Amino acid sequence: MTDLALPAPADAAAPAAPGLRTEERRRQRLAYLQAGPLALVFLVFLAIPLALTLMVSFWEYNEYEIIPAFTLQNYRDIFEGCLNASDLCTTARTYLSTLKLCALTWASTLLVGFTVAYFLAFHVRTRTMQTVLFLLCTIPFWTSNVIRMISWIPLLGRNGLVNDTLMGLGLIRAPIEGLLYSDFAVTLAFVHLYTVFMIVPIFNAMARIDRALIEAAYDAGASGWQTLWSVILPLTKPGIAIGSIFVITLVMGDFVTVGVMGGQQIASVGKVIQVQMSYLQFPAAAANAMVLLGAVMLIIAGLTRLIDLRREL
Amino acid sequence: MNDRPRTLAFYVLAAVFALYVLFLYGPTLTILVLSFQGPQGGLTFPLNGVSTHWFSRLWAGVGVVDIWAAFGRSLRLGLVTMVLSVVFAFFAGLAFRKGFRGSGALFALAVASLIVPSIVVSLGIGLEFRLIDDAIKAAAAATGWSFLQDHGTAMGLYTSALGAHLTWTLPFGLLIMFAVFNRFSPAYEEAARDLGASGAQTLTHVVVPILAPSLVGVALFGFTLSFDELARTSQAIGGRNTLPLELQGLTTTVTTPEIYALGTLTTAVSAAVIGVSLCAVLWLQKRRARLGLVKA
Repeated sequence: MTDLALPAPADAAAPAAPGLRTEERRRQRLAYLQAGPLALVFLVFLAIPLALTLMVSFWEYNEYEIIPAFTLQNYRDIFEGCLNASDLCTTARTYLSTLKLCALTWASTLLVGFTVAYFLAFHVRTRTMQTVLFLLCTIPFWTSNVIRMISWIPLLGRNGLVNDTLMGLGLIRAPIEGLLYSDFAVTLAFVHLYTVFMIVPIFNAMARIDRALIEAAYDAGASGWQTLWSVILPLTKPGIAIGSIFVITLVMGDFVTVGVMGGQQIASVGKVIQVQMSYLQFPAAAANAMVLLGAVMLIIAGLTRLIDLRREL
Repeated sequence: MNDRPRTLAFYVLAAVFALYVLFLYGPTLTILVLSFQGPQGGLTFPLNGVSTHWFSRLWAGVGVVDIWAAFGRSLRLGLVTMVLSVVFAFFAGLAFRKGFRGSGALFALAVASLIVPSIVVSLGIGLEFRLIDDAIKAAAAATGWSFLQDHGTAMGLYTSALGAHLTWTLPFGLLIMFAVFNRFSPAYEEAARDLGASGAQTLTHVVVPILAPSLVGVALFGFTLSFDELARTSQAIGGRNTLPLELQGLTTTVTTPEIYALGTLTTAVSAAVIGVSLCAVLWLQKRRARLGLVKA
């Protein structure tokens, strides 16, 4: 996740002699052999499944089985009533709920992630200290998400630490009910889990900024804020874009965090798909998955239009 | 700028960073403490005495769920995913460095694997295996071959679930290998070749020892991401669940500190793996510097 640039071929010189050409061909064969297992995994467990999902999304189904016959009914079911502007359809409401969580999470993780990365990149002075603090931020990423979610229960619950403390201080009389199992709890858990996806690419982009530019801005009389806004922020944009893509796709497709932290009460697109899968309504779930994939791709396309990622990398 | 005195901004940002670290670790430490809750204690503070009661309850098993079998399955799957991630990502990294036709498309596929929502990947793999099952059953009915008749499902820990985990761990492994190979000078391999080493000898005696710390990093990603994977596994596991799936189920049914004990235990496994990996990286780097393989 740290370095998205493709490594340059070790030697790209055009082969001249026929002996060199057979050598080149041998190298190519070896390269295909070496990349083969990875390519096979992505083919069998990503490309083909996505193609099959697209196919099945146009199939019919009943209570017992899926029937390979072409229909648009699954998509019609999703958008049923959505042309009615006054009363939102279920799909629109679900997407709005998911998008709201997405926007809240994105803004929070960006703010926190940028601040933390900025501190690490520009205010921590030794490389060793930078590495240690950076690792401190990433270690939880390697531990269980579910455990990190349920660890909020003793804090946010009805008789949790937060309510007890607030009541002890006399700030509230009755415990606040909406701390756990609410939009707030879901967003909090998202920020807790996913800020690392912002910190890493933003820190990486910041680490690559030539320190002479900062010096130049300082010498030219820019204040700290001006340097941050006019020099560092524009140069950090690619990192922000990569982090945003991670956070947005993770939140858009989520059903676990929304389920656990929302007390199985909050709607999300991922949850709709999961429920349909559990009722064995595969074509309906597949159609929903395709719509979700389309929505996520639209958001990513929008983000990459704002910033030409390939050029910036 | 490093010789200037610390500004106020430094102290404010340091405070924000400290708060973030507290936010990051605080909740997990809370359940670590609460898992030692006394036998009469509940899910929240205060502690009603200190005991290992909930750990012994856990040892005896959680209700109808065979938590230890799930634990074993996750551990084994994590190890297999780890080994395959390291091997596949390392060789793919070598191939990308040579350059080959289609490398751009393969890279795009790897990135897509990271950003396609997990539930979509999981559903796709689930569907794929169901269609395979249907095809096998149809073939069994059509041919009457006896070895096909007892076919249950092709879905399982080391087929669909392993594939689902690899779609999540391999992109990380590949990106790490890219970062590593970008800084790896071909001069080492050329020197080995000039001294008469074969391709395989160059790999085992030169490339792998120099890159060992990074390979440990890929292994760390491979194991921990697999051990805790949930979303991609959910629709692609078949009958027997992994530990994270059981855990997710338990969040709605278990209302005792037993679940905290389980949380402490899984976190301890992850922490041990992270600790061992980081120590291995440090040790390998020290050894590398001592042997003069690479300028430290």
